[in-house]
Amino acid sequence: MTAAEGAAGAVRNAAARPAWHAAIVPAALALIVALAVLAPQVPWAHLLPDRWVVPVDRWVGDAAKWLLREAAIGPWLVRDIFRGMGAVIEAPIVALQHVLVKGVELGSGDAVIAVPPVSWLGVAVFFAALGLAAGDVRLAVFAGATFLYAAVIGLWESTMMTLALVVVAVAYGVVTGLLMGVLMHRSTRVARAITPLLDFMQTVPVFGYLVPALLLFGYGPAAALFITLIYAVPPMARVTANALAQANPETVELGRMAGCSPFQLLHRVMLPSERPRLMLGVNQVIMLTLNMVIIASMIGAGGLGYDVWQALKALHIGKGAEAGLAITLLAIVLDRLSQRFAARRPDHLQRALPFLLRHRFVLGGLGLAALATLLGHAVPALAYYPADWTITSGRFWDGVVDWINVSAHGAIGGVRDFLLLNLLRPVKDLALALPWVGVVVLVGAVGFRLGGRRLALIAFSLILFIALVGQWEKAMISAYLIAVAVLIAALIGVPIGIVCARSERLHRLVEPVLDTLQTLPSFVYLIPVVMLFSVGDFSALVAVVLYAVAPAIRYTDSAIRQVPAPAIEAARAFGASRRQIDRRVVLPLALPDIVLGLNQTLMLGISMLVITALVGTRDLGQETLIALSKSDPGRGLVAGVCVAFIAMTADRLLTAWVARRRAGLGLDAGRG
Amino acid sequence: MNAGRLIAGPLLAAALATGIAAPATAQVPESEDPIKLAMIGYSGDNLIMLIYGKLIERLGYTVEYTPADYLGQFAGLETGDLHIGSPGWDTTAKAALKAAFDTGQVLNMGDIGIPVFEDWWYPLYVKDVCPGLPDWTALKNPDCVKALSVAETEPKARFLSGPIEWGGHDQERIDALGLDFEVIHAGSDAALTADFVAAIKRKQPIVGWTWEPFWLPALYEGEFVVWPAYEDACYDDPAWGENPEKAFDCGRPNGMMWKTAWAGGEAIWPKAYDVWRKMKLDSKTMGELVYQSDVEGVPTDAVAEKWIAENEATWKPWLE
Repeated sequence: MTAAEGAAGAVRNAAARPAWHAAIVPAALALIVALAVLAPQVPWAHLLPDRWVVPVDRWVGDAAKWLLREAAIGPWLVRDIFRGMGAVIEAPIVALQHVLVKGVELGSGDAVIAVPPVSWLGVAVFFAALGLAAGDVRLAVFAGATFLYAAVIGLWESTMMTLALVVVAVAYGVVTGLLMGVLMHRSTRVARAITPLLDFMQTVPVFGYLVPALLLFGYGPAAALFITLIYAVPPMARVTANALAQANPETVELGRMAGCSPFQLLHRVMLPSERPRLMLGVNQVIMLTLNMVIIASMIGAGGLGYDVWQALKALHIGKGAEAGLAITLLAIVLDRLSQRFAARRPDHLQRALPFLLRHRFVLGGLGLAALATLLGHAVPALAYYPADWTITSGRFWDGVVDWINVSAHGAIGGVRDFLLLNLLRPVKDLALALPWVGVVVLVGAVGFRLGGRRLALIAFSLILFIALVGQWEKAMISAYLIAVAVLIAALIGVPIGIVCARSERLHRLVEPVLDTLQTLPSFVYLIPVVMLFSVGDFSALVAVVLYAVAPAIRYTDSAIRQVPAPAIEAARAFGASRRQIDRRVVLPLALPDIVLGLNQTLMLGISMLVITALVGTRDLGQETLIALSKSDPGRGLVAGVCVAFIAMTADRLLTAWVARRRAGLGLDAGRG
Repeated sequence: MNAGRLIAGPLLAAALATGIAAPATAQVPESEDPIKLAMIGYSGDNLIMLIYGKLIERLGYTVEYTPADYLGQFAGLETGDLHIGSPGWDTTAKAALKAAFDTGQVLNMGDIGIPVFEDWWYPLYVKDVCPGLPDWTALKNPDCVKALSVAETEPKARFLSGPIEWGGHDQERIDALGLDFEVIHAGSDAALTADFVAAIKRKQPIVGWTWEPFWLPALYEGEFVVWPAYEDACYDDPAWGENPEKAFDCGRPNGMMWKTAWAGGEAIWPKAYDVWRKMKLDSKTMGELVYQSDVEGVPTDAVAEKWIAENEATWKPWLE
């Protein structure tokens, strides 16, 4: 039974439920109060005694070290097997790097021809041609301009390194995500097995599995690919499963009547009809991949991430922002191109043309790129962008940040101190004062109310684990930070999302801002945030809100837009007013997707925990950082798993609540 | 795999096969495999690696500069993913260095000749609110404490420290010497310097962790706090020093930068390892290089080239 079915069952049995069920949550709350009052008598309920702590991190660390250093299958070390696999999966990246950056050497012996990398002008022209092939002139200009920007700011090589990594990672990510989503759709058992795995992949902070990744694959593109895919595949898988579940049953019936085999049904009917939803998944894969670029650069992937990281460490904000903007523009170009290509409808007039004419733009682009590259032999300026022609505005932005820092600090400091003392500090103190025994019981009780015994057991065990490994205090700090941040992000994001869904103009205005917020490496705005708000929880909060507000807006916007027009028309036909339509038709029907959005907002907010640890919070994210610097795989994984458990519990409880709501509204009958 | 190496391999094999008896001492470079040098991002440390890399390139070695994390590089050194490590500082990497050497997979290649110093540092204008600095007793002054306090630590003053894993024993020092301070840890060196520089720019009183050689004390005028001089007994023996009941009632120990390398590489590139062992710089040189790179903004590559061009007498003996 899924959570939804369980909840539906629970609703149906509501009348038959014993009365004491209603008392469970209040009882748990009373327990918390009692334990708090009796604190001196039961110190163990507040702070787990050291001898009760289960040393899971040591076990995991020993197991990881064994696996990574000594384990062998047959004559080969597990590590070497992984290295081998890594070399295979990174081969496309290395090949692209040669084509775009390093050049290729052909021939042997004396007759070695060094083919230079593709000319910068050639690449810009090619992407512009892709834009034309997609049928959008403005996109073509934008794409070309983006690559020219990368050349002009002097970061061409880095951009090409990043492009190589991203293109391959996104290709792998979309395919893997699609496959997983399809598998999840076909079998509930598989879905139930995969869903926790997806949760882990999305919520274990990357620094938690960075050390194992490095030990498995070594420094280089393979490890970078590995950590990127872990982060970027889950949204695609989830969105695919969700889209297939919500496929229009009439369309599916039509496919079946036409005699489709299951594979044809999937490939020719369901997936194409759900294209808008799937493209949201592709969008997220691209965004998250580019998000990982900085961390990937820390383990040998080089590229723009490295440039951003270096610049910000030296507090060259402007330079870091320029490189960060290059990452953002790359993300937007790739996303828009993929959206455009996916949105094309088959054009039968075009189909009749011969191959060369049909693909004239792409072939033309390729031809011009090859021409520019060949000309590069004669005109070196074409092969390698001349350093003299570089323009940067780095100093300007440094100046802007300095000016804000000096002149606005009084007001900023006042707001900060006020919120710190009146919002953050009290919530943090409350979170830390709660006895862990009471909280664990409360979570179990809530789970029981929402989803019966099964959910109660899951929620109870997950949170109990956190206490038993001795990470309670740090987990509470993480929890309070995320809770406050996601709440603020939702309060800002959902209304904006609703408004954006209504107004096409606003949507087009806001979309690039959202793309920027989601792909601008958080490091870029983290450092100015620390400069303005100082080291501490407040800066962490600001950073998480800035990051989480984008998915909140996006998913809400998408959810409102996905409400089927017939439903709204029907309501209008009944004579419903605008507000009635919104409240009784649009919002309830959009609720599942909005909650999916808030769910994702929560997941993304939690994934920011590791970044905020760089600011200076004393939470689970910091545990993973410490583990990274001590090369301790066990400590990092355990802290990461605790983060994942918090996310999973929140997600399960949230989903169960929504499922009950929907079942109560009769929304699930006859769908999917 | 590097396409270039695909050709170099057979070329080398062919050369060997047309076989003259192998010479008694292996020819430099003994292997075409690239030597991976860890680049941790600080200009000073990067410059050391750049100078070394360029020198062994003159000998014919292939060099690859691999970005790595300062403390995370030790994992790579143990497995052979990194070959030459960026020097570890006694002041922050002592435990990591010991752990790495203990595995037997990482070699101690000696110190590089540059002493490192990390301690409490303040910009000069802080002396206006804390008269008596740089002597540590000035930090006991209630006006000083008030000026250095922030919302998080009120009524205590704030000491802005680096990430917890850097150590430093500052909380113990505060307790032992009876200071009214609280340690706030930045999560990363970037956050530490960002907070520091922002405070300096708006002339907010601040005292925090800084080190030399580094661009921060080179760029902004300031001084280190002067504590009772460090002795080993201070850390081990509570009876020592100002406070007869507690240890850590003194300043911090100085240290050196230690060169590291992957043990397996000794057999593959013995000459390159030999050069690494012999390489030695000094504080004055380091300070100048860091100044050129960070304050004057010269690209690190150019700074390294310039140094090599101007100091042949210094580096020639390393290559012999």
